Amino acid sequence: MKFINSESILETINMIKVQHLDIRTVTLALSLRDCCDSDVKAAGKKIYDKILKYASRLVDCANEIEEAYSIPIINKRIAVTPISLVGESCDRYDYVYLAKILDKAAEAVGVNFIGGYGALVEKGCTKGDTALIESIPEALSQTKYICSSVNLASSKAGINMDAVYKMGQIVKKTAELTADADGIGAAKLVCFCNAPGDNPFMAGAFHGIGEPECALNVGISGPGVVSAAIESLPSGASFDDLANKIKQTAYKITTTGELIGREMAEKLDIPFGVIDLSLAPTPAEGDSVAGIFQAMGLEHTGAHGTTAALAMLNDAVKKGGIMASSHVGGLSGAFIPVSEDAGMIEAVSKGYLSFDKLEAMTSVCSVGLDMIAIPGDTPVDTISGIIADEMAIGMINKKTTAVRVIPVPGKKVGDRAVYGGLLGEAPVMNVNHLSSAGFIRRGGRIPAPVHSLNN
Amino acid sequence: MQDDKIIITLSGQDKIGIVAKLTTALAEYKVNIEDIKQTIMQGYFVMFLLGSIADSEYSFKEIKEGLLKVGEELSMEIWVQKKEIFDNMHNI
Repeated sequence: MKFINSESILETINMIKVQHLDIRTVTLALSLRDCCDSDVKAAGKKIYDKILKYASRLVDCANEIEEAYSIPIINKRIAVTPISLVGESCDRYDYVYLAKILDKAAEAVGVNFIGGYGALVEKGCTKGDTALIESIPEALSQTKYICSSVNLASSKAGINMDAVYKMGQIVKKTAELTADADGIGAAKLVCFCNAPGDNPFMAGAFHGIGEPECALNVGISGPGVVSAAIESLPSGASFDDLANKIKQTAYKITTTGELIGREMAEKLDIPFGVIDLSLAPTPAEGDSVAGIFQAMGLEHTGAHGTTAALAMLNDAVKKGGIMASSHVGGLSGAFIPVSEDAGMIEAVSKGYLSFDKLEAMTSVCSVGLDMIAIPGDTPVDTISGIIADEMAIGMINKKTTAVRVIPVPGKKVGDRAVYGGLLGEAPVMNVNHLSSAGFIRRGGRIPAPVHSLNN
Repeated sequence: MQDDKIIITLSGQDKIGIVAKLTTALAEYKVNIEDIKQTIMQGYFVMFLLGSIADSEYSFKEIKEGLLKVGEELSMEIWVQKKEIFDNMHNI
């Protein structure tokens, strides 16, 4: 644009001002593999010093860029090497101590969250993995900024059902230890299948084992922009036109993320990693993925056709965004968290959207069962059963799936769990009351699936 | 330098002296005006201005703060952004 193109300028300003276009997160991904030590205190010092060395300018840089382009950068975060690996060399395991160090470092550099307090155990647990998993409830209840994720399954390795059973207990205990805040600890804990190592979004961000020393990954958002673009089409426009419109919009959104990511990386003098081109909703009016389904012509989320609408949306977002960025990664697609999306909250509150329909939707969305409040008295085996089902969907379909459910202590179906901010609030949903115990407690692994004879 | 181009978008109730006030401020901040467009949209005055800050001794931040103040004085909405965001979004 050599001269002024007023239409383009107004469109961009409108996207930011009215349709909530924002950069959802700039996440500094940092390897802590060189921070191992036989002395946990020494490991903690290395971790703290390294985070401060790399991330101390992160927030200032993000603020400067936000100012330059007048586009909000909502979250500044750090993702680190799964801590089970870093703390495993210590003579005495004290993962909670390392969690507190990470928390202190996050506070010192002013980020919103630090992710990577986790382990990769799809095929089995090492001693360090087991110790870390056991420490999660305590770590999440005694820190403010830590997010935790555990990879329990993959399409190559199958599902570690011992770990699935264990994580059911961990989720429940984490919620119980943070009962005074509606079990918010569990909102910072994710169980994954096929977890990507370059995801900038919390709570599942960590710095994968094959990643470089450090990188800047960017998560973009803009469900409101997509809704508005669809609404601008003539009513009754065909699916072909709909898909094209979503692609064009995703392209525009992604270019902004790419620009911000590259500029931030340059300022911080670290490599630019990936754009995660996700439609991440917020509880704000008009910033909803559920709103997109309505714009597409469904009465509300949960109507038959919702899964098809989501499948098309997820695919079109990726197709449009890929061309706008040199490297796309992370979770990329459409998120369907319940508590963080005003439209989803409404659909659940009105009884339009059931847990089972949500599970079906996760087979085509970008991640999985996300920010769903369930009754506090849900048995551990049932939580593990929920996790197992979701892991199976990911394993068979070769996609990332995840579970972030919160058994809200003391609350029943129809009550509300309130977290505030981007985490929003969630109506407690009904889950199936039949017992999963006999299945879940068998122990062992579900073998990796055959990757042919697809049906 | 591409990095030195800014786009200023001003909108609000039409009144006497808008352009005079804005361009005076731009001259003070040594911002060279390369293109101007103005229009009336839904009863509102909207003006777009492409400027270069290459020769200014002020930083982008200082210029933006100064111009936001001008917007406030005029009771108008003003956006000051580096130009690349538009170039990237609207060109393949």
